[in-house]
Amino acid sequence: MARDDTALDQETFDRVLAEELGKGTDRRVAEGRARAAALRAARAKSGEGPAATPAPAPAAGDGGAPEPAAAPAAAAAPATVAAPAVVGATAPAAAAPASVAAGTLTAPERQAPAPTGNVPEPKKGAPEKHRLLALVPPEGIQRVEREQGDRINVWPHLLIEEFVAMMIVLAALTIFATFVNAPLRELANPNLTPNPSKAPWYFLGLQELLRYFHPMVAGVLFAPTLVLLALAVAPYVDRNPSTKPGDRKIAITLFTMLLMFGAVLTIIGSFFRGTGYNWVWPWAQGVFFEL
Amino acid sequence: MAKLKLPTPTEALDRVRDTEVWRSIFRPGSIFRRGYRDTSRDRALATMNNVLYHLHPVKMKRHGLKLTYTFCLGGLSFFLFILLTITGIYLMFFYRPAAELGSAAAYTDMQNIRTSVFFGDLVRNLHRWGAHLMVFTVTLHMARVFYTGSYKPPREFNWVVGVLLLFLTLGLSFTGYLLPWDQLAVWAVTVGTSLAGYSPLIAKQANFLLLGGVIVGPDTLLRWYVLHVLALPFVLVIFLSVHFWRIRKDGGISGPL
Repeated sequence: MARDDTALDQETFDRVLAEELGKGTDRRVAEGRARAAALRAARAKSGEGPAATPAPAPAAGDGGAPEPAAAPAAAAAPATVAAPAVVGATAPAAAAPASVAAGTLTAPERQAPAPTGNVPEPKKGAPEKHRLLALVPPEGIQRVEREQGDRINVWPHLLIEEFVAMMIVLAALTIFATFVNAPLRELANPNLTPNPSKAPWYFLGLQELLRYFHPMVAGVLFAPTLVLLALAVAPYVDRNPSTKPGDRKIAITLFTMLLMFGAVLTIIGSFFRGTGYNWVWPWAQGVFFEL
Repeated sequence: MAKLKLPTPTEALDRVRDTEVWRSIFRPGSIFRRGYRDTSRDRALATMNNVLYHLHPVKMKRHGLKLTYTFCLGGLSFFLFILLTITGIYLMFFYRPAAELGSAAAYTDMQNIRTSVFFGDLVRNLHRWGAHLMVFTVTLHMARVFYTGSYKPPREFNWVVGVLLLFLTLGLSFTGYLLPWDQLAVWAVTVGTSLAGYSPLIAKQANFLLLGGVIVGPDTLLRWYVLHVLALPFVLVIFLSVHFWRIRKDGGISGPL
């Protein structure tokens, strides 16, 4: 909130933004740096605003506005510090001198005085408030682990998409349900077996399989147990870490075969089986299928 | 003389939104609360401070919005489950799972739902077609997850939970199939359960447990009704919670490819 309300120094903002973009920095990061610089410049211009500047500097105890020039120097520091440290890591014998060198390099860059441990006195007349302040080095703010530009807010983008998808399905389903009645046949009669009698459509593949295999194989051993178990253990069997379709030809082929096998059996069981569960052509003898 | 000035609708709405009651109901970041601004902060709060939306993370990968990656299949399966719960509760008011010989209340209740219950026919149609659609979307969701390789580490266990959810979805659909107690229902269930009768060692016991008898009868109807409206949804909701929770814990949507 404060971020949006505080005045920025437009000149500094434009200048730093142009510089950063010139250096080839990512736009988001460049804007952040320019905004920070413009904020510092605006504060330096107006002197110290009484309530609007909970900047790190007052917390450190000296109360002065930070110099705008300090930021680039501090930002540049890690690069120079990092170099000897990397050398030290690759050559263990040189580790001690390297770390000493790193220490001497960082020492002069330090801006804030060493912490005294004393709690600073609150300003006179300031309202009593509990404040939590922390010193964050500038380079710590800019260090980004993953690409920020690839992430978006769930509200509104995803939630709106989900809502639209839901409404489309609800509308389609309502229209369908208005015009197509769910079947309700005559009262159940255990003495009168309908011909053909079929299982619900998602079991028709299984029923079809029973035409070709011994019931023991198709009924329980093969379809539910084996297929479900095979599916469940698939991630532990498939050790290929890639998700690129080009690298997963075997997995994709096997799964597609399973899907096609199930789909073909289900379609045959649904539409190509008639009286006595014998083969029919749906366009000639009609469809013996109910949902 | 002071003239009584009525507030405009906007002012009245603002006054209602300023009351303590309103502000106690809608947490900060709610779009119904006064002062919602379209900023990153309020967008984040809108997700975090809503009991339904907070299933989602505040931010997600941009490619997850791509319709051709998910086809919204998981979300639509969940939506259908909610729709089936709502229509199912409505149907429960008018249905008795009793099928004694000569007076099958289940069947006459079905006829009443179709003819005399307020919107009964439409609600039953929605329930039936929605159930078939849900079996379809859950299956397609599984296919989508396989083809995008989303079952790979760290999401292996969530895939296993998903297979279980597919099994439970089939179970819910199959137990619901018997409830109308017409010729279609009873004989489809007879054929379906006879498949379990072929299991090698525990054939008789498995069938008896499923049917509550040796054939599909009134005991089967009561048993499957309880499974359909209480037991299976209860188990499904538990695993559904695990499923959603693991999506977040395993790093959100998978990919991009």
